[in-house]
Amino acid sequence: MTDLLIESKQLEDLLREALPADVDYASARLVDERSEHLSVRQNKLEPIFNDFDTGVMISIWNGGGLGYAATADLSREGLATAVTQARHWASVTAGAMVATTPPTEHATGSYSSPIEVDWDTLPLTDRIELLQQQSRLLGIDDRIVDWRSSLVRREVDQLLITSGGARIEQRFSFVYPGLRATANEGTNTQIRTFGANAFCGQGGAELLGRYGFGDAASRIAEQSLELLTAPNCPTETMDLLLAPDQMVLQIHESIGHPLELDRILGDERNYAGTSFVTPEMFGSFQYGSELLNVTFDPTVPGQLASYGFDDDGTPAVRQHLIENGILVRGLGGDVSQARSGLPGVANSRASGWNRPPIDRMANLNVEPGDSSVEELIGSIENGVYLHTNNSWSIDDSRNKFQFSCEYGQRIENGEITGTVRNPSYRGISRTFWRNLKGVADANSFTVMGTPNCGKGELNQMVGTGHASPACLFDAVEVFGGEE
Amino acid sequence: MSNADQAYFDELITAATTRLIGDEVLLANVTGERTDFIRLNNSDVRQAGTVVQRRLAVDLIEGQRHVGGAFQLTGDRSMDDARLTALLTQLRDQRRLVADDPYLLYNTSPTSTERIEAGAIPEPDAALADIRAAGEGRDLVGIYAAGDTYSGFANSLGQRNWFQSATFNLDWCFYLQADKAAKNLYAGFDWDEDTFARKIEWSNRQLKALERKPVDLSPGEYRTYLAPRAMEELIVLIAGYGAFGQRSHATRQTPLLRMIVDDATLSPMVSISENTAGGVAPNFQSAGFIRPDAVPLIVNGQYAQTLVSPRSAQEYGLPTNGASDYEYPESLSIDPGSVATATVSEALDTGLFVGNLWYTNFSDRMACRTTGMTRFATFWVEDGEIVAPVNVLRFDDTAYNLLGEQLEGLTDEAEVLLDTSTYIERSTMSSQLPGALVGAMRFVL
Repeated sequence: MTDLLIESKQLEDLLREALPADVDYASARLVDERSEHLSVRQNKLEPIFNDFDTGVMISIWNGGGLGYAATADLSREGLATAVTQARHWASVTAGAMVATTPPTEHATGSYSSPIEVDWDTLPLTDRIELLQQQSRLLGIDDRIVDWRSSLVRREVDQLLITSGGARIEQRFSFVYPGLRATANEGTNTQIRTFGANAFCGQGGAELLGRYGFGDAASRIAEQSLELLTAPNCPTETMDLLLAPDQMVLQIHESIGHPLELDRILGDERNYAGTSFVTPEMFGSFQYGSELLNVTFDPTVPGQLASYGFDDDGTPAVRQHLIENGILVRGLGGDVSQARSGLPGVANSRASGWNRPPIDRMANLNVEPGDSSVEELIGSIENGVYLHTNNSWSIDDSRNKFQFSCEYGQRIENGEITGTVRNPSYRGISRTFWRNLKGVADANSFTVMGTPNCGKGELNQMVGTGHASPACLFDAVEVFGGEE
Repeated sequence: MSNADQAYFDELITAATTRLIGDEVLLANVTGERTDFIRLNNSDVRQAGTVVQRRLAVDLIEGQRHVGGAFQLTGDRSMDDARLTALLTQLRDQRRLVADDPYLLYNTSPTSTERIEAGAIPEPDAALADIRAAGEGRDLVGIYAAGDTYSGFANSLGQRNWFQSATFNLDWCFYLQADKAAKNLYAGFDWDEDTFARKIEWSNRQLKALERKPVDLSPGEYRTYLAPRAMEELIVLIAGYGAFGQRSHATRQTPLLRMIVDDATLSPMVSISENTAGGVAPNFQSAGFIRPDAVPLIVNGQYAQTLVSPRSAQEYGLPTNGASDYEYPESLSIDPGSVATATVSEALDTGLFVGNLWYTNFSDRMACRTTGMTRFATFWVEDGEIVAPVNVLRFDDTAYNLLGEQLEGLTDEAEVLLDTSTYIERSTMSSQLPGALVGAMRFVL
C-alpha cells in the first residue's frame, strides 16, 4: 500500500485521455490519501489504524450545464463511466444552473508541504513510545479519571488536470497531535486538551517540537486539577483577553464564515447558513477597530491550509480581507467571484475526491500588533484571559455567538490573580470586533489551525488555518457555568 | 436493486480468509453508496453529480494483538485482491510491534443476517424536473441525494451480515428573505408525487405565515413549544457528547453526570431508548455483534442502561449491547406523551413555537446546560394563533429544566426523522421524537 499513485505516468495518461475535448471545460482531480492513527489511552496503546482513500472527481462544464462524477475505479473503463455520468449531468442541468462560467485558470505548477524532519527519523515504535511517555505524564493523580495522547499523520497527494492544459501537483503532509486530561471530583469534571482544534499543521516530525508537544502533557494535567478547585468564572461585562488558541475559533466563526461568498450568494442557506455581510459592505464596512487586520494567506509555511493552488486550479496568493478595520475582500473562488462581481481569493476547495469544491476559508490570520501580552494584561482593570475553546455556537447569519473555554484566568488591576473554571462569553459579530482595543505583537503570534470545519451539501469537512496573537476586547458579556 | 455489491464483498473476504496465516482472524466491514446529488439555490442547480464509493475496513487479529486499516475498493477484483493483500501484509508487520490489547473483543458466535430494503426512487432527471417545478416562482435552496447505501460485515469465522437500502432525501427551504425560510424534508424509500405535493403545500403555508412582520423578543424566559426537529437538535447534541455511552459514564464525562452522582432526574414523562428495530441503521456493529431491538437508556426520567461497545465491555466487565465504538445511539427514540399533536398551538396558548434549533452546544457540559439558536420557522403565538415570526434568539438552559422541571408535556405523536448528514457518506441514523411543551425556556441574546 505504499506505491504513490501521483507518480504513476500511466495513471496520469489515463486521466488525460479520459477528459473529453468536445466540452467547454473538463477536469480530473485525483486525490490519494494515506493516514496513520495512533492513540494511547490510560497508558495502553489503542488499535493502530491505517487509512487509505483514493479516487478521482471528474468535472464537466458544457453548454451552460455542470456535472460531477466521483469514482474510486481508476481503470480506463472506470474513468470512462465517470466521464459519461458527468457529461449526462452537464446535459440535464444545462439551462438550469446558478453558475455557468467554468474556472478560468489553466495553470501549471506544484506545491509540497515543507518537511524539515522526516518521519523516518521517528519510526513507529518511537512514535508509540513518545505517546506512552506523554500518557504517563498525564495520568499523575487519582482525580485524573481519563487521559489520552494521540498522533495522526496524514499525507494527501493531489493531481489536477484540465482540458485547458492545467497540470497541478500538490503534496501535503499533515500532523495532528493531541493530549487530553480529564479530572473529576463529584459533579465537577474538568477537561484540558492540547492540539485538538488548534495545534495542527503541515510538516514533519519537527512540528511536535514547534508546538511544544513534549512540554504540554504535564501542564494540561496540572491545569485540569487546578480547575477542580477554581471558582466559577464571574458573570459581568468586562475586558476579555483571548489567547491565540481561542482566537482560532473567534476568527473562524465570526470573520471567516461571514465573509464566504457562497454564503452571501445563498448557496448555504439550507444548511450552514447565510451571512450578515451583504455585497454593498465590501470596501466600506467598518468590521472592526482600526487595529484589526485580517489576511487570507495560503503562503504561510507549515500552516494547516497552505497550498499553491485551490481545487479549481487558481494560484493562491496572500490578500487582505480586512485592512485597518475596513472590509475589503471576501472569501470566494473563481466561480463565486464571477457570480457575485465581488473580489475574492483562491479558496475553492473540496474535502476529498468524492466532493466538488466550494468556497472555504484556508488560512485566515489576524496580523500582529505592537503590544506585548504583558502590556495588554497590565492595561486591564477587570477582566479575564481565556484559553482553548471547548464550545462554539453562532446563528445562521454568523452574528449572535457564544463561546466557552477550557481555562480562564482572572485579571484584576493589571495582574493575573487566579484561575476560573467554565468561562464563557457572548456577543454579536457585527459589532464585537469594533471593541478590539489591543492586539499583541509578533511574539504572541501563533500559527495554528482547526481540522474539522463542516459545510456544504453534500457535507464536507476540511481543515482551516488560523494564526493570531492574543487580542483584547472591551466590554464583553462574560459568564460562568452552573453553580 | 442489485446485490452485486453484497456478493462482491462476500467473495473478496472469502478469498482473503484463505490467505490468512496460522490462527489469524479477520474482521471486515464495508460501507458503500451510489449517490446522485442535486444541490439547489434559488430553484436552480448549483452542483449536481454522482458519487460511487465503497470503503473496506479490516481488523487483522492474532491472539489479543491486532491492527486495523481501510481503503477504497475499486470494483476491479484483481486490483482489490492485490490491495487487500498488501494491506494485510502491512498490518502483520505492524502487529509485531504492538502488545496484547486487553480490551479486544469480537463476536465468535457467527450470526449472519440480511436486510435489504428495495425502494422506488425516481431517475435523477425526473427528480430534478419535479423539484424545479415545485420551486418555480419560489426561492428553493437545498439538496436532493438518492440511491443505494449499504453496510456489510464479514469475518473469517464465517459470519456475514448485510444491510442495504435505496433511499432518497430532499432537504430544502423556501426562502422569503434574509434568514426567514420554511424548512422541510421529504425522505424515504418510495417517491410519491402526492406526498411531495402535500409537503410543498405545507411549506407554502408556512412561507405565508413568515410574511408577517417579524418581532424582536427581549432576553428572558418564555413558554415554548419545541417541535420534533428542534428536539432533535438538542438530543443529538447531548447524545453526541456521550450522554449514553458507558465509557463517558465511567470516566465522568457524560453531560448527564448529575444523574449518576447527584441523583438529578429528568421529568418522569421522559423515556429514551436506542430503538434499533424502529430505525434504519444496521442491526450489527463492526466487531460482529448483533444489536438488540431496543436498549432503554432513560426510563421515566431515571438513568437506566448505557450503550456498551465491545471495548467497554472488556474494560468495565459488562456485556456488550452491540454499540458502536463511539457509543452513541443511531436510532434514538423518545416515547411520545399525551399532548395532542394536532392542537399543540392551543396547548402552547401564548409563547414561542420553535420549529428548528440550530448550532447547539454546551455552556456547561457537566451540568448539561446547553445553548443554541432558533432558526427557520419560529413564531410568537397568542391564544393558540400565530401572531408573527420571531427574529433569531439564543437560548441557554439546562436539560434538567427543559426536559425536567419545566417540561409540561410531550406530544402524542413521535415524528420519524431521518438524519440528513452526508459527511463522508450518507447517514443511516435516525430518531423518533415527539415535540415538547416547556413552561419556561431561558433566552439570553
